[in-house]
Amino acid sequence: MKLRPIAGIVLRQVYLMRGSPVRLFPMVTWVAIDIVLWGFITRYLNTVSGSGMDFVPTLLGGVLLWDFCTRIMQGVSTAFLEDVWSRNFLNLFASPLSIAEYIAGLVITSVVTSSIGLIVMLLLATGVFHLGFFSMGMPLLGFLLLLFVFGIALGIFASAIVLRLGPASEWLLWPLPALLSPFAAVFYPLAVLPHWMQTVSRALPPSYVFEGMRALLAGLPFPAMLLLQGAVVAVAELLLAAYFYGRVYRHAVRTGLLARYSAESVA
Amino acid sequence: MTATAMHVQPDRTALRAAHLCKVYGSLTALDDVSFTVNRGEIVGLLGPNGAGKTTTINMVLGVLAATTGGIEIDGIDLSKQRARALARTNFAAVYASLPGNLTVEENLRFFGLLYGIASLRPRVEELLREFDLTHLRHTKCGVLSSGEQTRAALAKALINRPRLLLLDEPTASLDPSAAQLIRAKIRSLTTGGQCGILWTSHNMNEVEAVCDRVLFLSHGRILLAGNPRTLPQEHGSETLEDLFIRVAREPLAGAADTAS
Repeated sequence: MKLRPIAGIVLRQVYLMRGSPVRLFPMVTWVAIDIVLWGFITRYLNTVSGSGMDFVPTLLGGVLLWDFCTRIMQGVSTAFLEDVWSRNFLNLFASPLSIAEYIAGLVITSVVTSSIGLIVMLLLATGVFHLGFFSMGMPLLGFLLLLFVFGIALGIFASAIVLRLGPASEWLLWPLPALLSPFAAVFYPLAVLPHWMQTVSRALPPSYVFEGMRALLAGLPFPAMLLLQGAVVAVAELLLAAYFYGRVYRHAVRTGLLARYSAESVA
Repeated sequence: MTATAMHVQPDRTALRAAHLCKVYGSLTALDDVSFTVNRGEIVGLLGPNGAGKTTTINMVLGVLAATTGGIEIDGIDLSKQRARALARTNFAAVYASLPGNLTVEENLRFFGLLYGIASLRPRVEELLREFDLTHLRHTKCGVLSSGEQTRAALAKALINRPRLLLLDEPTASLDPSAAQLIRAKIRSLTTGGQCGILWTSHNMNEVEAVCDRVLFLSHGRILLAGNPRTLPQEHGSETLEDLFIRVAREPLAGAADTAS
C-alpha cells in the first residue's frame, strides 16, 4: 500500500468538510441528542425505580458505546457514498488506487469523524450527567477497540452491498445498526433474550462488549476471556467483510457493473 | 492494410491491445480486437453507438475485465501490474466528470495524490496555468461551464504526465471555437513524442483534422484501419463521414468489401 493515494482519499473528505461545514452538523448533532435524551431518561429512572440502582452507567454507557460503533460504520459507508453520489467511481478505479488503499482511506476518514462524535458524547455524558466512564479503566480501551473493528467491518460490508446492488440500495444501509441493536444487547443482559437470539448475538462483537461492561459495573472481575472471544469474532468479521468487498469489486469489474455504475440503480 | 494489422514499434508503444474479447452471455461486445497506439500519435477509435468503443476504453482503464486477450500499457501488463500500468495512463470522458463538490484545485490535488505525484504543488500550478484555470482554482467544478469543465478534466488527465491518454469524445459539449482550442491543445501533447492518445469522437471533421490513424469498430470488431485522410478514397467514399455511415449501416458488407 502506498501512502499518497490513501492520503488522497482522506484529503477529499477534508475538502468536502471545509467546503461545506454543515457536514460537521450530523457528526455531532445526533450523538448529542442521544446523550441528552438518554441522560434525562436515566436520571428519571434513578428517581422512580427505588431500587438504588444507578442507571446512568449501564444505560448511558451503553448508548455512548453503541453510538460510537454506529458512527464508525457510518463514517466508512458515508465516505464511500460520497463517491457514489458524485459518480466518481470511474475516475477512482481507473487510477492506480488499489482496493486496499481505498478502504484504508475510508477507515482513516471514519476514525477522524467518529472521534469527533465520541469526544462530544464523552463531554456531555461526563460533564452533564456525571457518567463515570473512565472508572472502567483500561478495559474501556478494549471495548472501544473491539467496537471500532466491528464498526469498520460493518461499514465495509454495507459499502460492498451498495456496490453490488447499486446506488438505490443505500437505503438498506442506514437501518442496519438499528436492525442489529436488539441482538447486540446494548441495554439488557444477553440472558433475557430467547435462545435463538442469543445464538445470533454471539456472532456480534458488541454483545461481548456490553456483557463485559455490565460485569465490570456490577463489580465483577474483568471478563478478559469474554473480550478475547469478542475480539476473535470481530477480526474474523473484518477479514470476511474485506474478502466480500474484494469479491464484489472483482464481480463489478468482470460484469461491467463498475464501468456503468453512474446509473441510478443497477439491476 | 488489414483490420488487425499491428504497428510494431516496441520501444514506442504506449498501448498494445491483443485479441480482446468481451462476452456477456450470448452477446459478444468485443470480438478479437487488436491494435496499438504509439507514443506521439493520435489514434481515433470510431464506430456507431454500441460498436464497442467505450467497452474497449473501459478495458484499457482497468474497470472492465476482458473475457480473453491482454492489454499492455507502456510495456506493462495491465492484468499483472494494474497499479503500475494505470500510473502511466489517464483519461477524460464526458460521462466521468470531476466531482462537482470539489474546486478545480482540490480536484487536481486529490487526483494528483491518487496518481502518486511527488511534487504535486508545482504540477498543479503548471496545469492551472496551462489550461487557463488559475482564476477558477477556487471554483467548484459543478458550476463550471462545459468548456471550463473540459479544460479541468484535461488538466486532471495530464496530472501524471501519462504515456497513454484516453479521450472519450472530449469536445462533445463544446462550441466550435472552444473545441478548436482544445483540439490544438491535445494535438500539442503528442509533439514531444512522449504521449500516445486514443480518441473517440463522432465528429469526422475533427477526427480527420486531429488523428494520425483511425480504427473503425462495428459490432465489436475492427473493420477498417488507416490514415483518416486517405482511407475514404481507398474504400470508395468521398469523405470520412460517408465512409463512417457506410460502415455503420452495412458493417458486414463493408467489411467484406474492404477486406478484399
